[in-house]
Amino acid sequence: MARKPVRAPEPSARAKLNDDIGEELRLRLYRMQVELREAEQRAFDLFLQNLVKGTSHLSLGQEAIAAGFATAMKPGDLSFCTYRGHAHTLARGVPVEKVLGELMQRDNGLMRGKGGSMHLTSVEHGVMGSYAIIGAHLPIACGAALRAQYRGDDDVSVCFFGDGTTNIGAFHEALNFAAIWKLPVVFVCENNLYMEYTAIGEVTAVEHPAADRASAYGLERIVIDGNDADVVYRTATAAYARARAGKGPSLIECMTYRHSGHSRADPAKYRPEGELEKWKERDPIKIYRARLKQFGIGDDVVAKIDAQVMQMIDAATEACKAAPPPAADILFTDVYADGGWAWRN
Amino acid sequence: MAELTYRDAVARGIAQEMARDPDVIFFGEDVAKAGGVFKATVGLYEQFGPKRVRDTPISEQAILGAAMGAAMTGLKPIAEIMFSDFFAVCFDYIANEFPKSRYMSNGQVKCPLVVRTGNGAGSRFGAQHSQSVENWAMMIPGLKVVAPSTPRDVVGLMAAAVRDPDPVIFFEHKSLYATKGEVPDGEIVDTLGSAKIVRPGNHATILALALMVPRALAAADKLKAEHGLDCEVIDLRSLVPLDTQAILGSVGRTHRLFTVEENPRLCGWGAEIVSIVADEAFYDLDGPPVRITTPHMPLPAADIFEDMVLPTVDRIVETVRRSLSA
Repeated sequence: MARKPVRAPEPSARAKLNDDIGEELRLRLYRMQVELREAEQRAFDLFLQNLVKGTSHLSLGQEAIAAGFATAMKPGDLSFCTYRGHAHTLARGVPVEKVLGELMQRDNGLMRGKGGSMHLTSVEHGVMGSYAIIGAHLPIACGAALRAQYRGDDDVSVCFFGDGTTNIGAFHEALNFAAIWKLPVVFVCENNLYMEYTAIGEVTAVEHPAADRASAYGLERIVIDGNDADVVYRTATAAYARARAGKGPSLIECMTYRHSGHSRADPAKYRPEGELEKWKERDPIKIYRARLKQFGIGDDVVAKIDAQVMQMIDAATEACKAAPPPAADILFTDVYADGGWAWRN
Repeated sequence: MAELTYRDAVARGIAQEMARDPDVIFFGEDVAKAGGVFKATVGLYEQFGPKRVRDTPISEQAILGAAMGAAMTGLKPIAEIMFSDFFAVCFDYIANEFPKSRYMSNGQVKCPLVVRTGNGAGSRFGAQHSQSVENWAMMIPGLKVVAPSTPRDVVGLMAAAVRDPDPVIFFEHKSLYATKGEVPDGEIVDTLGSAKIVRPGNHATILALALMVPRALAAADKLKAEHGLDCEVIDLRSLVPLDTQAILGSVGRTHRLFTVEENPRLCGWGAEIVSIVADEAFYDLDGPPVRITTPHMPLPAADIFEDMVLPTVDRIVETVRRSLSA
């Protein structure tokens, strides 16, 4: 799989500390990436201890995408995620405890055990669901965007999906739909090179599974370095502005790599030797630590953020371990809008 | 009071709700400028304009997905799937997305939408444009399932469906579009989950839905005239919620149960109802419940073939007569 990373331009010495991103935002982007990394690493550790039940799909190595797109959002913007959605959910401000609690199937979980790892949803944070059927949420994001356009609301719907999604029909239906009606929706393809266990290049007619299809829907071809949070942030900002200005959808392909297997059942033995190591050199957190250094931010500041994040995740883990299983009285609630599950009188 | 066709009642029902609530929008294939392939939505585009009444591409997944996204974020969309057979190409939304989002999110996500669709046989369109698939929807927890048989019920149940906070699948029968009936003036709002006794009787209960309702009524008239049997006919109107009390009450009076189903036999709605009656009213029955259905087979296109497999008035009469005289 050939890839051509697009690197952030090197800032001049004078522009360093107050470029378009700036120190405060950069520290936020860093903190968020570390939080996503450590929260998912913790989920994996808890799985090894048999405390995370069911399945889970980690996005270790892909943190810059979730951090960059979420940080560029405004409150009220809507995220539509896949089953690999822990990072996108956390990036909107959902507490780590809520996410780990759901993975551990505890009463303190985000949906109190009724959804599970693949369906993380927090409407109050704008996380409109994590969808476990490939491609399902692209049309749904179009519908949310249609509502925004119809009502004159200012929000953007942002839809995250993997490279594998580009080969399912709903992807193509949604792109056409969004394009013909100029909907304020941003489609974000996280190309981590593997659909599940199979290399995306082996099963796709074009080199860039999302971007090379963009022209079919009259959209610009966009491929970015998805491991550089600055690049992601800038791209997101431009796409959101375009959507809010009524100029329609964007399709952005972010090149990245997942450090773990497809799901917890997958040791990822299908990867060629050395590929993971090569990509770990381009680990988004490693890249960002170097970026902070380049902008003159001290190691002590970075170390303090790292320690604060670990402390928060430790506390969340302990809270989840202490939490009871879901209360039985919610088992039959919310099948229907009346709160119950009655289908007959 | 005006006499309306079932077809015109669809447009009137949608218009009633769109005029009442600006959050109601309507879209589907050929529904706006062309007024629908069955001409059931003529005039809505002219009345409500291109922002609220929209033609979509042939993209059933996008249509239903967009309806869901709009519903989740505050609108009350009505989406059309031209033929119910096409549910098979967008079934993810019907089976996985609409009905499960509320439960999976522990009540956070709402999905108040209506999917209208042309259902049923009689147009001689063959196996992929004539099916009755109401049982495809009935089997999914979280959906509501409606199938009116008269113009008045089309208007009233459409209003109830649009105002309902759950996802509603609204089956319009293609062979009823040209039928006429009295519809009162002014706003009509009906109730989901209320069956209607459309003909009282005491020898047997005949349950029917959509096109099978007029056939069951004609059969009941014939059974009375030719055999002196007085049958009660119940129009179920919605399968979910199911008006079980109306069914059990009727069986308690007549002691015999017949279902008339257009769907193919296996897992048709009648099977579920017979099971309920067997569980809860077994000792009220004076004889075995009998299901009158289309056989378990694809529908043929030719008129003489289609007429041989769908439940007909004569088949209902003969089945009920034979069963009651046994």
